[in-house]
Amino acid sequence: MTYLMIFISAIFVNNIVLSQFLGICPFLGVSKKITTALGMGCAVMFVMTLATIVTHLVYYQLLLPLNLVYMQTVVFILVIAALVQMVEIMLKKTAPALYQALGIFLPLITTNCAVLGVAILSIQKSYGLFSSVCFSLANAMGFTLAIVLFASIRERLDRAEVPEALKGAPIALITAGLLSMAFMGFSGVGM
Amino acid sequence: MNKTSWQNLTRGIIRENPVLVMMLGMCPTLGVTTSATNGLGMGIATLLVLCISNVLISAVKNFIPDTVRIPCYIVIIASCVTVIEMLMEAYLPLLYGALGIYIPLIVVNCIILGRAEAFAAHNNMIQSLLDAIGMGTGFTLSLAVLGLIRELLGSYSIFGYALTGADVEPILMFIMPPGAFLTLAGLMLIFNKMKGQK
Repeated sequence: MTYLMIFISAIFVNNIVLSQFLGICPFLGVSKKITTALGMGCAVMFVMTLATIVTHLVYYQLLLPLNLVYMQTVVFILVIAALVQMVEIMLKKTAPALYQALGIFLPLITTNCAVLGVAILSIQKSYGLFSSVCFSLANAMGFTLAIVLFASIRERLDRAEVPEALKGAPIALITAGLLSMAFMGFSGVGM
Repeated sequence: MNKTSWQNLTRGIIRENPVLVMMLGMCPTLGVTTSATNGLGMGIATLLVLCISNVLISAVKNFIPDTVRIPCYIVIIASCVTVIEMLMEAYLPLLYGALGIYIPLIVVNCIILGRAEAFAAHNNMIQSLLDAIGMGTGFTLSLAVLGLIRELLGSYSIFGYALTGADVEPILMFIMPPGAFLTLAGLMLIFNKMKGQK
């Protein structure tokens, strides 16, 4: 039940993009087409879950016993950077089309605050290993849901007539605002 | 001060404003600007990290092999952030509490790595410092303005001082998540409009 709660809370109630504001850069940057958005979502899902497992182990097995907790930020970001590099190499070999599509945004997962944010948050919430995995998976699903929804709205927006000054970023932000407002409807569900 | 230095210093404030023009560093921009104080605090913390990291990276740029430069930059930036985080926890505990998770997340602020890669890696220390000050100021100003507007509309106060007088119900939505997106959209709209008229 607690695990179900983690999922519902992270995907809908405290959606990582729309109410915590983590991972906004890819959310605005790679959301022009549904397919790329879905690819980005999957990449983030993979990296985020892996990163949370590794950082969790590093934190409890290495930093805590050695009294090096203050090194948390430095160590976590290095672990994530190494992981992203690995995923990039793997994708390049196994799915070149997807690799082409995600372009420069794959290395940018390193500076995707959602990944580091979730790793730090699950430490802050003192989750166990399994809860951390659930938490990161749920957050990544929330991210994917938000970015895919957003991309599908933007695809239709392309065909709409938008006033000159609103073109590009402003209309995207207004759309995100409305989406975020819709997600506010979930607040109060669960806890 | 010659022309290039002046350009490096002022470029980030309006013309290449990191938030409103380049759309970098969106997460803290949207996440912490529920009040002007938080926006300003976050802006200044980022400004400091940006200055230190830009100068350090510019200083060591010739010793770092090209292939591993990004991890090196990230370690330098993360170290700066850790120092600033500890200083804030010690001297500004209230602000530290309010900014929460966004302080360690300065590490992954695209502006900092972006400037390291685009500017500090090719320029000397003094120019890098000027660039950092300009970009940092532009970032701080955008955050402060955004925070000011959201605080004014959302909780009817300025820098934590409640306004009295007119009997106005604050529009709570502006300090909630959707308000962040809508306010930034409005700000960019004004910015675009002004740029179009020039």
